[in-house]
Amino acid sequence: MLKIDNLHARIGDTEILKGLSLELGAGEVHAIMGPNGSGKSTLASILAGREDYEVTQGSISFDGVDLLELDATERAVAGIFLAFQYPVEIPGVSNINFLRTALNSIREQRAEEPLSGKDFLAKVKACAQLVELDGKLRDRSVNEGFSGGEKKRNEVFQMAMLEPKLAVLDETDSGLDIDALRIVAHGVNSMRGADRSFLVITHYQRLLDHIVPDFVHVLAGGRIVHSGGKELALELEEKGYDWIVDAEAAEQA
Amino acid sequence: MSASEENPLLDEFTRKEYEFGFTTDIAADKLEPGLNEGVIRLISSKKNEPEWMLQWRLEAFRIWQTMEEPDWAHVNYEKPDYQAISYYSAPKSKVPLGSLDEVDPEMRATMDKLGISMEEQKRLSGVAVDFVMDSVSVATSFKDKLADLGIIFCSMSEAIQEHPELVRKHIGSVVPVKDNFFSALNSAVFTDGSFCYIPKGSKCPMELSTYFRINEAGTGQFERTLLIAEEGSYVSYLEGCTAPQRDENQLHAAVVELIAKDDAEIKYSTVQNWYPGDAEGKGGVFNFVTKRGICEARAKISWTQVETGSAVTWKYPSCILKGDGSIGEFYSVAVTNNAQQADTGTKMIHLGANTHSTIISKGISAGNSQNSYRGLVQIGPRARHARNFSQCDSLLMTDTSGAHTFPYIETKNPTAHVEHEATTSRIGEDQIFYCLQRGLTEEQAIGLIVNGYAKEVLNKLPMEFAVEARKLLTISLEGSVG
Repeated sequence: MLKIDNLHARIGDTEILKGLSLELGAGEVHAIMGPNGSGKSTLASILAGREDYEVTQGSISFDGVDLLELDATERAVAGIFLAFQYPVEIPGVSNINFLRTALNSIREQRAEEPLSGKDFLAKVKACAQLVELDGKLRDRSVNEGFSGGEKKRNEVFQMAMLEPKLAVLDETDSGLDIDALRIVAHGVNSMRGADRSFLVITHYQRLLDHIVPDFVHVLAGGRIVHSGGKELALELEEKGYDWIVDAEAAEQA
Repeated sequence: MSASEENPLLDEFTRKEYEFGFTTDIAADKLEPGLNEGVIRLISSKKNEPEWMLQWRLEAFRIWQTMEEPDWAHVNYEKPDYQAISYYSAPKSKVPLGSLDEVDPEMRATMDKLGISMEEQKRLSGVAVDFVMDSVSVATSFKDKLADLGIIFCSMSEAIQEHPELVRKHIGSVVPVKDNFFSALNSAVFTDGSFCYIPKGSKCPMELSTYFRINEAGTGQFERTLLIAEEGSYVSYLEGCTAPQRDENQLHAAVVELIAKDDAEIKYSTVQNWYPGDAEGKGGVFNFVTKRGICEARAKISWTQVETGSAVTWKYPSCILKGDGSIGEFYSVAVTNNAQQADTGTKMIHLGANTHSTIISKGISAGNSQNSYRGLVQIGPRARHARNFSQCDSLLMTDTSGAHTFPYIETKNPTAHVEHEATTSRIGEDQIFYCLQRGLTEEQAIGLIVNGYAKEVLNKLPMEFAVEARKLLTISLEGSVG
């Protein structure tokens, strides 16, 4: 469903991704871990179509389509969702109005009928319950005055509303206390299914106690340097990243 | 890298044709260009005016001749040649019309294109519309219903004929002839406008609405509006404008006077979308307007404006808070794009004790435009415990546009309480990307963000008007992030 091959990307003159390759099957959950500055958030931004980054080499195919040919909106329509590390505030625009505009825009671009008000509200109710999102937060301006945990829950709420094929979670656990973490993880887990893949980007292993991945990859120096099963996350928690990064360096040398 | 290279959409939309740029081909009764006493006498006689009105106009003309066009505003434009303007043009069908069916089909088509067909207005919103096209009102509706309540809503020409005592008593009482260059000019040559009188204790049951439209090439528009709300009455008045595309600058110098007697309330809402000119500002409307209201005891006047059009805007809807406990409000969204220039704001003159005023101004600058807020809050020596709150926000869409704030505060009473807040922000690429990632198009994203930013003001507009205003904001700014 997602195939990244030898991806090189830079911002300005700084090369950040240096030959990243990764393959995700439908219904799989992959975790990407790695030290700060290894390119994790860059990968998330590039998948979502942020134009600040320039892809200089390599390819990304999503469901057989060349993803790099699509703009950010088209990627959302194709079924890619990014849960932002730092969700953006949009003053004066209610969360509900924002989501309805988004949902119907996607439907329109897929040549589907807009959702009726009744169906939309029923869906809002179900999805909000999933992450225990307060009614007040639904009606308030997008992320404005939300706490860190509320913002992240709102991201997962939006994900549930938009039902993506591929959800990229960029450090969704950062800034969450243990209760919020559990709520967010519950939301994500209940969305797991054969048609939906997840790319979970995280610095810490603790999120992966709650969202158990099928595969774990270590991203360092702009490349995937090591891959394994879910037990790799525990090993990383215990030993840190240095041993892998060093081993990789030795291998390269 | 230029803004247009960064964003091809910007280029596309800055070259986009003005959506309402069309002209109506109706034979017009039009004066040769030029301004002198003879022209003023001719206007007055064509309108069959009483002698006092003619004398008032002639006095205004003499005063105007001694005045200089002001240049203190933060705008640059080539001053109009006042002798090259035709000061009168009227559609030829002069016989009063009994129903919409009698309206010239061409004119009907124009109204339809503007989305303000009268049937629709009547059916959907219960709005009485006094449609002004090129200076002379062609149709007025709901008049009978209003008449039952003693409410007078008609064209200024008609008011001069039918209610001369009311006009004579109040015209020029809020905006004196010599107030400024443009008010003097307007007083000399105004051809029509709206007149509204709400008797004591009456609550006007519907929104009163006037659509002004500049139609005849090269014709200056000098609208004169007078709105009188007697003691304890209430009225909500809407004014909306679109204009056809032009190659030469069109001057518009309107005067609006509001009078709110004791305990009366006037809400005056404007959506202004005159032709702003091409990408260089060529051919756009010059909008030099004087709007002012006076509040007697405990009266309230609210100005709400959404300004998206015109090449140059010079406009300061103001309140004189004369009576104790009176309230003045000003809510404004001003959008400038391409080469547009706007210098707009308000004056709140606190004369009475316990007077309150609120100013919320939201400027949005795109393209290479310049957008200025200019506001005066003046607290007189008798204005004990006067309060003002001002909030002036500016949103920049590009790094080639400008936002300026010129607040003036003059306090002559130590018990006054004046607050001023101002912010300037750049529309966030992060905000736009967030929207795009959720499946919105760039146009939708900008529309949503800008409407959110202007929400406090848009919420002050009557419902149907707010919908129109939201669309207008989105259209005005499509693809304008650079």
